[in-house]
Amino acid sequence: MSQPIKLHKDETFVLNVGPQHPATHGVLRVKMTMDGEYIYEAETVLGYIHRMHEKMAENRTYPQFMPNMGRLDYLSAMAFNHGYALVIERACGIEVPERAEYIRVITVELNRISSHLVWLGAYVLDLGGFTPLMYCFDDREQILDLLESVTGSRLTYCYFRFGGLYNDIDDEFITGTRAFITRMRKELKMYAKLVTGNIIMIKRLKGHGMVDKDMCQRYGATGPVARGSGLNYDVRKNEPYSVYPEFDFDIPVDDGCDSFARYLVRMEEMEQSLRIIEQALDKLPDGPVNPKKKPKLIKPPPGDYYAAVEAARGNFGIRFVSDGSKNAYRLKLRSPTYSNMHLFDEACQGMLLADALAFMGSLDLVIPEMDR
Amino acid sequence: MSLTLLNVVLAVFFAICFVGLNAAYLVWCERKGAGFYQRRPGPMENGPWGLLQPPIDGVKLMTKQLLIPGGVDKAIFMVAPVLAMFPALISFVTIPFSDNIVAHPINVGVLMIFAFAALGSMSLLVAGWGSRNKYSMIASVRAVSQTVAYEIPLLITTITIVMISGSLNLGDIVQPQLGGFWNWNIWPLQKEVGFNLLMPISFLIIFVCSVAETNRAPFDLGEAESELVAGFHTEYSSMGFGLFFMGEYANIVIGACLMVILFLGGWSCPFGDLGIFPFTNNVGWFLLKIYLIIFVFIWIRWTFPRTTIYGLLNLSWKYLIPISLFNLLLTAGLLKVF
Repeated sequence: MSQPIKLHKDETFVLNVGPQHPATHGVLRVKMTMDGEYIYEAETVLGYIHRMHEKMAENRTYPQFMPNMGRLDYLSAMAFNHGYALVIERACGIEVPERAEYIRVITVELNRISSHLVWLGAYVLDLGGFTPLMYCFDDREQILDLLESVTGSRLTYCYFRFGGLYNDIDDEFITGTRAFITRMRKELKMYAKLVTGNIIMIKRLKGHGMVDKDMCQRYGATGPVARGSGLNYDVRKNEPYSVYPEFDFDIPVDDGCDSFARYLVRMEEMEQSLRIIEQALDKLPDGPVNPKKKPKLIKPPPGDYYAAVEAARGNFGIRFVSDGSKNAYRLKLRSPTYSNMHLFDEACQGMLLADALAFMGSLDLVIPEMDR
Repeated sequence: MSLTLLNVVLAVFFAICFVGLNAAYLVWCERKGAGFYQRRPGPMENGPWGLLQPPIDGVKLMTKQLLIPGGVDKAIFMVAPVLAMFPALISFVTIPFSDNIVAHPINVGVLMIFAFAALGSMSLLVAGWGSRNKYSMIASVRAVSQTVAYEIPLLITTITIVMISGSLNLGDIVQPQLGGFWNWNIWPLQKEVGFNLLMPISFLIIFVCSVAETNRAPFDLGEAESELVAGFHTEYSSMGFGLFFMGEYANIVIGACLMVILFLGGWSCPFGDLGIFPFTNNVGWFLLKIYLIIFVFIWIRWTFPRTTIYGLLNLSWKYLIPISLFNLLLTAGLLKVF
């Protein structure tokens, strides 16, 4: 729809989308005031899956809080683990062995691909295409099997330890990962044919769900949403952590500002993640995966600490204040989709319901992470 | 007179059996087909290759509680599923499966099928209105605008064929197409269609319209589950939902029948009547052709994402209607010339 439609406030009705609605992928509720099929205004209502993770951090010791990280963004749990491990290591000054850093990068990037695969499948499902979901889950299954063999779990990983890892990877994992890279490259070409080139997809995504640079900055949107609006910001490049500076990879940025740009950015990110994994496997050094010297009890010195990582959906920041005791005085999580979601209320005004839900899908929401 | 009545009653009985079996086993085919496209086996548990799944589903649907939500317009709510199923059944009365298998060859068969198809789409409106649910309401508004938009090119294209064959009787439309696939109306080769090069395109138009008429993906906007939960049948449970479901499949079969009769030569053998059993003009060819078309329906559904309602309306009003109107004009002119 190119021409703007004049909407009338006095001819509206309220459509309650969610908390149980197929398009919201969880328990998000959007109160939409509609004029016909056009959205006059929308209001996001959170709180249906609030579990007080931040409060839990105040009542648990630092290692005890680690498993909570996998319950936030259940699709890219590894990156959240990484963020938490990173901030504690910075606070306590724990050195991480080289091999552990490489394995962290490999597992985080594998997890990023699996997260994007779920997004791709669910997104096309939102648009009414069933089949890509099955293909995506088939590919994701390979990643889950690989990660299960080293971490012991398939979804809510708790693989990282302060200063290292739960255990080392074996040769089987390495050969399996290499085989997966070859497979995934082929599959990505198939997705390009099946999904990207599809005329209905292009028509529904191009020019719809416009989010400009300014709006991204105002709402603090990060990740593929910001990069799809031409903002070249990725924590892995802008504030490097772990061993990311040692790898050669690009940050895909698209100036399209529409749903299609976000779609392309995510597809390209999968390619780049494969590149990173390949390089990390080649460079993987020998050695221990846990530091020789590690404090028995994690008690960060009093102070204010912050670390950020690039999760699959954007900048995941974690900040805590320590009073020197064995649990945090206050811990604050900055999760990417919380910021990304709030674009929606403003950006969807005047959109048709179908387009608005396609736009919502392109933001890649994971509700338990937004609503902690 | 009484013989005709008996004929019609028998026909309706067989139509119910045919439609029921078709609906049940088309669901099975659809699920198996979906499995084939999605690297999975589909239903496997009940019976060999899951062949007992449809009757079991039927029993499940029938034994479930029929829930009538508070505040609905009860009469309208109850009549809608019947209205979805009934016109589809009646339409089978006039469809010729072969030169002697036809319940009642009505002189205005084409007209009758379209009249009942319009009645069928009214059930969507009634269901949405009676459900007292905003999603259903939006869905029914969509469904009606969709039907209006797609019946026009469908009718215009059919009129083109009617002009060529000079009859509204479905059997008479098939007669000139007998004797080999080169005689079918889809090809622009013979004198009857005036060597009209647009004929394959009209077949495409009628195909697209049939998909849209039956509310199937990628045009399933009336029940777009990621937008409108389940569309017009959101509030229906048990056999109310079952009837909508069967009605949809019955409409698919009718759409396929219509396409086969109008364009693909009905019950004619593609190689001409060779006189040896499978290669004569018989009902087998008719069924083969409709199932091939239904297979394409299923194929499309599991491959394409859904369009939007305005995309759909634009397609109809901006492309299909002008093209079919032009085709009508061209055919009329060519028929005069040749």
